[in-house]
Amino acid sequence: MIRHHLPALLVVVPLGTGLALPLLATLSSRLAWPATVAAGAVTAALAVAGVFQVLAGGPVHYAVGGWPPPWGIELVLDPLSAFVAAVVAAVSTCSLAYAGGLDDPALRGRLGGGPALCLLLLAAMMGIVVTGDLFNLFVFLEVAALATYALIGAGGGRALLASFRYVILGSLGASFYLLGVGLLYALTGTLNMADLAARLPAAEASRLVPVAVGLIVMGLGIKMGVAPLHGWLPDAYTYAPPAVVALLAPVATKVAAYALARILFSVLGVSFVLDASVLGGALAWLGAGSILVGGIMALRQDDLRRLLAYSSVSQMGYIVLGIGLATANSLAGAYLHILNHALMKGCLFFVAGAAALRLGGTALADLRRMHRLMPVTTACLVVAALSMVGIPPAGGFFSKWYLLLGAVESGHWVFAGVILAGGLLAVVYMFRVLEHVCLEPRAADDHGGGHARVGRKDASPAVLLPLVVLAVGIVAAGIFNASIVNGLLRLAASVGVG
Amino acid sequence: MIGGHDSVIVQTAVRLLLPWIRIFGLYVLFHGHSSPGGGFQGGVIFAASYIVLGLALGRRELERCAPERATLQWAAVGALVFFGVGVAALVGGGALLDYGSLPLPVPEGPALRAFGVLLIEIGVFLAVAASLTLIFVRLAKVAEEESA
Amino acid sequence: MSLDLSVLAGEAVYLVAFGLLALGIFALIAHGNLMKKVIGLTIFQTAVILFFVATSAKWQATLPIVPEAGAAGPAAGYMNPLPHALMLTAIVVMVATLGVALALLVRLHRRYGSFEEDDLLDRVE
Repeated sequence: MIRHHLPALLVVVPLGTGLALPLLATLSSRLAWPATVAAGAVTAALAVAGVFQVLAGGPVHYAVGGWPPPWGIELVLDPLSAFVAAVVAAVSTCSLAYAGGLDDPALRGRLGGGPALCLLLLAAMMGIVVTGDLFNLFVFLEVAALATYALIGAGGGRALLASFRYVILGSLGASFYLLGVGLLYALTGTLNMADLAARLPAAEASRLVPVAVGLIVMGLGIKMGVAPLHGWLPDAYTYAPPAVVALLAPVATKVAAYALARILFSVLGVSFVLDASVLGGALAWLGAGSILVGGIMALRQDDLRRLLAYSSVSQMGYIVLGIGLATANSLAGAYLHILNHALMKGCLFFVAGAAALRLGGTALADLRRMHRLMPVTTACLVVAALSMVGIPPAGGFFSKWYLLLGAVESGHWVFAGVILAGGLLAVVYMFRVLEHVCLEPRAADDHGGGHARVGRKDASPAVLLPLVVLAVGIVAAGIFNASIVNGLLRLAASVGVG
Repeated sequence: MIGGHDSVIVQTAVRLLLPWIRIFGLYVLFHGHSSPGGGFQGGVIFAASYIVLGLALGRRELERCAPERATLQWAAVGALVFFGVGVAALVGGGALLDYGSLPLPVPEGPALRAFGVLLIEIGVFLAVAASLTLIFVRLAKVAEEESA
Repeated sequence: MSLDLSVLAGEAVYLVAFGLLALGIFALIAHGNLMKKVIGLTIFQTAVILFFVATSAKWQATLPIVPEAGAAGPAAGYMNPLPHALMLTAIVVMVATLGVALALLVRLHRRYGSFEEDDLLDRVE
């Protein structure tokens, strides 16, 4: 029975636990985070089981409410959505464990609100990934966004302004998306993705289709945080509570990228993207611009979290570039990058939060002596940095490799150059971070004299465990990248292609 | 703002009106299947009764009638009712939210589906009324702390 | 060049909806006061909802409820209920977003004492 209901359970488990948390919290406020992590772990297990189920038996379609599509809402687990669901659930579980270990006072309020919001966010992200209905996607996008607004705003002070900016931009983006979906509905009369794909060729001559698609892409672009629509991202990732950034940064923008890929390839089809419109080219240029803008801005930052935020903009550019190029290799690279970036950005933000707790701040200058005081954390930081830079066997190398292959084989040498330039930029800013972390300050500017007397004081085990899991994951994703790509991502990339 | 209204006329009128507003909210909830209305609309009207109470009679009275913790729990209960009905449909053999499969002693077919919809509308009603009331109560509390 | 304005006769709703869209975005961008930005956002979202609902209306169509006695008429005689149901959800989302935005504004005002974006940017630094 679980196999049959799997797509629905992926949403039901975190949602039910999140809704029950305020009631659970009246029993005991100490149950909140353990229950949260448990729900996340169950969801992750279900998602991984879903991957194997799809690989063995083909796509799983689930009609919510018993109403068959296109009248009812359909949940679909195919190779792409199963893969992204597994990535999101697994990395989010690590983030929830990290948040529970960090026990951030900002999220600690009575009534169990903080963990409940985190679970609602996870449920909404799972919903975005498994849904097969355009309006259902909007609903889940907004549920995720609302949880995010509240979680970011919990940081107080500057985080309030950052969250407000995200409220305005995010709601604007969602409304653009809704308007685009409305236009498509007015044209074809259906909201189901598969049905829309069948009916769209008949309506393709209408001038409304490019407008609708443009609105949808713009709306999702804001949610993805790709330049020039990334205005909300740096402030949000810098000032939100560390536990919240750990939950958001690895996965929240990736689900929007997944939604874009889903709509582009399953609904519109690759021929529309590449031949019938400028969409593929526009997305590729947007991605390339994002790589460069994010990378250059990251060079200039003095605060670790802000640097990582701009780095996230840059890395999202790789994914968008891969989607825009729309060849088999570039798509495999883009999807692999979803996994790799989730792992390495998660690892980096975990480190940033742990460092803030132990060392008192996240400015680069505060990270001096981290390699002495927090050795395990520093080791994980180094692994993640190697992956960001693109050194095998860390996973980051392989996703860039496939993207490079895709750019070269489709003849776009400019994009190949941008990918390499982005890698160079990543080398510079990651080594800047490592320089501050691993080198001792000279005696003359040793203001942190107190640190010399404090012995090793790494993060607590509850915080270290998810961190180490992610670091191991980075290396594992690199070592097993061939089986992931050939076993799963080729199937995912063939959705809608050819 | 949340000191309540000065005029005795307003306060008395509100005290008299409150039960009627709530009955109307419940009416809108239960007649949602055949006239404009339903859970969300009824919940909003019900929450409006609390907001009017707060505006007219002051924050202390509002706190007495809608304590924060209990209101949040009502919201959770409402959402869980909706959720529970959906999962009960799962357990009863159908898909998620398939009201035709609810394990209830109601004849199969449209009558069972209509009953299932009524149940979830009640859940929505509770969640919406409690949430909107809670938003107002929290905002009022912050406003009062700020002016204090 | 003759302008056949009768085309617009049945489409006035759409013109209003897009006019509100433009108004909402203008308010969002042009005002420095955060509260006015929120109002602009709400107008924008309402315009989207109006557009959606307008697509469901038909001339001389009735409520989409099957009468108890007797059979249902042809589908063309009933209004399309789907956009209405969708827009109920969208309205709920709009209200929730409004609630979150207002809560953020209240906390901002409590902390920094102003709604003006320029003042806030100065005071936050």
